[in-house]
Amino acid sequence: MNQNETTQLTGDLATDAPAAVKVHHESSLPISSDIHISFDNVSVKYGSDVALQPFDMQIKRNEIFGIIGPANAGKTTLLKSINRTLDFIPSAKVSGSVKVNGQDVSAIRGRRVHQLRRHIGMVFPLPVGLPLSVYENVAYAPRRAGMHDRRVLDELVEKCLRQAMLWDEVKDRLDMLGTKLSGGQQQRLTIARALSHQPEILCLDEFSIAIDPVTTMKIEDVLLELKQELTIVLVTNLVQQARRLADNTAFFNKSELIEFGPTEKIFSEPEQQITLDYVMGDFG
Amino acid sequence: MANVNLNPNDGNNPFARTPQEIKRKRIELGAQFTFLMMTMALVIPMLWIMWDLAYRASDVLSYTYMVIGVGCVGLLIPYFLIEAAKRNEHKRKLFMGLAIAILAGISIWIVCITVFNMDNGGFDFLTLNPKKRMTAGGVWAPLIGTFLLVLLSLVISAPIGILAGVYLSEFANDNWFTRIINLAVVNLAGVPSIVHGLFGVGAFVYFMDMGRSLLAASSTVAVMTLPVIITSTKEALTSVPQSFRAACWNMGATKWQTIRTLVLPNSINGILTGVILQVARAAGETAPILFTGALYYKKIADTGFDSFVPYGLEDRFMALSYHLFTVATQVQDVPESFQFGTAVVLIGMVLMVNSISIGFRIYLRARKRW
Repeated sequence: MNQNETTQLTGDLATDAPAAVKVHHESSLPISSDIHISFDNVSVKYGSDVALQPFDMQIKRNEIFGIIGPANAGKTTLLKSINRTLDFIPSAKVSGSVKVNGQDVSAIRGRRVHQLRRHIGMVFPLPVGLPLSVYENVAYAPRRAGMHDRRVLDELVEKCLRQAMLWDEVKDRLDMLGTKLSGGQQQRLTIARALSHQPEILCLDEFSIAIDPVTTMKIEDVLLELKQELTIVLVTNLVQQARRLADNTAFFNKSELIEFGPTEKIFSEPEQQITLDYVMGDFG
Repeated sequence: MANVNLNPNDGNNPFARTPQEIKRKRIELGAQFTFLMMTMALVIPMLWIMWDLAYRASDVLSYTYMVIGVGCVGLLIPYFLIEAAKRNEHKRKLFMGLAIAILAGISIWIVCITVFNMDNGGFDFLTLNPKKRMTAGGVWAPLIGTFLLVLLSLVISAPIGILAGVYLSEFANDNWFTRIINLAVVNLAGVPSIVHGLFGVGAFVYFMDMGRSLLAASSTVAVMTLPVIITSTKEALTSVPQSFRAACWNMGATKWQTIRTLVLPNSINGILTGVILQVARAAGETAPILFTGALYYKKIADTGFDSFVPYGLEDRFMALSYHLFTVATQVQDVPESFQFGTAVVLIGMVLMVNSISIGFRIYLRARKRW
């Protein structure tokens, strides 16, 4: 039913609010190409500093794509290039084309940029609780997209908070300020927010950094479930996390894509020696 | 057991003071004392000046002092009583009863002496117009003039300043044009007020043909207060962490949605504080209104609606700051208490506005949300 809506990035939650909760189940099937995000000769510069050397990479639909690499390898920049938030950094310059669902994101004009961003959930490593209530934190994006039906919102907020493993801790105090939660709770709130606008792609940048190991394991299970519905790009410093979760893994080093391929291959017999050193912990 | 003796003086007490520590402590005390003296050098003359002013003005303002003094005490005591009642479960009714009794007593007292003491001076200095070549009567005409001037200048400068601040801080690209504008705004804040006054004469009185009027003077004062309103707005907006905006943008919110739903609600208190502080400045300045509309003396209605809106937009008007200059230097045989009384009323107005702004800041800090 919602094929056109979701594949063409024109998904407007306002027109189809009640059905939007279930959008993903229907939309993932009838796509012809199974490449969800593709990078063709993409490179990024901040002023004269090269953040990403030109590289080609494809991320398939409904997979968990792990990205590993040391600091300053360009991993976060790569995520920002997908949802065009590099626009907010005046010195950033992207060349090449990032394609989501076959559409070049740099060609998107006007309001459709916001629809692209709604299409992609982003979680960055620093926990950010917006200075709104917990409920409003999660309901923020749907409200901005024009969803105002309280019943649907309640349902959506509960679903997102459950997926982020936060529901049990905050269900009795949904009107509490999001900024008053603990660091780990705020991080899970951030994940709930990223899921709140019904994305098709979920980008997680070191999401587990502030979260305790037990909860992290629970969230990892949720991610494996969510894989049925969405494509997950997982940037992580925990090499073993990538090994546990990812179907394909890419290794970045010094703003360069060293290689990418099936996770097992990357972790057992990569083509480059440096990759093996990194995953084995013998780096440098 | 290894016995590590950290202290050369006393092996038994590892927390005993070392000579270095004593020396450091002495230097610290010396520095503290110096800072205290510096502060005193500022505060004591100020308090002395205020006291002297108030004392010399007491002939015409004694009743006002009394009402304000008793009013403040009469509000503070019930406030503390109510706070105590919140904490003490058992004596809640007693405290609340006392607070209400004091409030009621004070209001009855004020009403009584207002009714019975009318011919004894009372609020005359505040409510009467200047009479007999300004040697009698009060300061009502300049007081209401200053009030209208401030109100009108705020109506002009607050929307322009706040919107410009929002634009410069949130929307404008960082290019040479924006940088020049920012530089101009910062520098305009430091331009002497007489220069603003001359600008007002050129721009509003002659070029825009407003004539010397309340409107021209208000516009001039508005231009004068604009840079500071813009700067404080920008500062208030910058105090909202960038990560909040990034989080909203990542969820597909537009820039304007982010500003409306997140940035403005969390900075509106800071913005308003800046605006209120400019009220104090607008009320006190003489130079910008000197050539653009303020008047030596104007006869206005003593009672009725006309006494509250005595000046139209096209009219020239009296203002407190200019009136103070007049009674202090231009008119002979003015009682000393009139000159000092005018000064006290002006300072009182500014202090009142400032204390509102301070209260606002305390409130703002109390409900800071991150």
